[in-house]
Amino acid sequence: MVQCSNIPLDLSFAALSDATRRGIIDQLGRGDASITSLAENFRMTLTGVKKHVEVLERAGFVVTQKVGRVRTCKLGKRGLEAEAEWIEAHRKLFEARFEALDEIISEMKQEESHESAT
Amino acid sequence: MNQQLDGAGGAQSPTSVERKGDRELVVTRTFDAPPSTVYKAWSRPELFQRWWVPKSVTGVSLVSCDMDVRTGGKYRLEFSTGGPDTMAFYGKYLEVVPNERIVWTNDEGEEGAVTTVTFEDQGGKTLLNFHEVYPSKEALEEALQGSAAGLPEQLEQLDELLSSSGE
Repeated sequence: MVQCSNIPLDLSFAALSDATRRGIIDQLGRGDASITSLAENFRMTLTGVKKHVEVLERAGFVVTQKVGRVRTCKLGKRGLEAEAEWIEAHRKLFEARFEALDEIISEMKQEESHESAT
Repeated sequence: MNQQLDGAGGAQSPTSVERKGDRELVVTRTFDAPPSTVYKAWSRPELFQRWWVPKSVTGVSLVSCDMDVRTGGKYRLEFSTGGPDTMAFYGKYLEVVPNERIVWTNDEGEEGAVTTVTFEDQGGKTLLNFHEVYPSKEALEEALQGSAAGLPEQLEQLDELLSSSGE
């Protein structure tokens, strides 16, 4: 189910351990942005933002592309997949739970019909 | 942002999991019994512990299950993964309306979600709605990103089992 590519897990955890970096992922989820506009939004220096973006890029959460003098950042495949994987894992767990619950419910229904028959 | 995933294998899955907005996760499923029966299976510990940790999730077992299902009551579930340490999940019931709804807190983490489960009568069947609201967008993001990066082993085992069951 979860083939977390071959990027080491601690790199991902390190990338996501910082509130600014989580904020950057979040903002890129709403649309691509340049380094300059990220710096303005997060009230940081260009150098500061670049460092954060580099960390996210190494972990696969963000990809960047330089066109002319502007470096544009967008969400990497990983950032989108992480959420889909999590939801699918949740669904599988609940599905297994609910199948077990179905069995118990049918037992309970049988008992109830026995009780009302006697 | 709404995202919904149905069964990956193509077959329609009866369980739907959906992210709603910034802070909410919603699970829905219909059961072939009236709300009073489904509620009973959810609120009596001796029944609850038979399905909350499915047998197919190998390696994890429920060691203890204390549930005082009434408004203001508390619960505590302890799990074992085989080693000497147990994992505890606990909190309290904020609202309990028999056969209709149960609302509880998840206090084991710092920014735990508040969970609401409702049982809706649909002509003798029950539409179950399981709803988690995180205190902040960041808390949900953390749950999303964190657990996807390091999914518990038991889910992988579960996945193996589900994919080998040939359904």
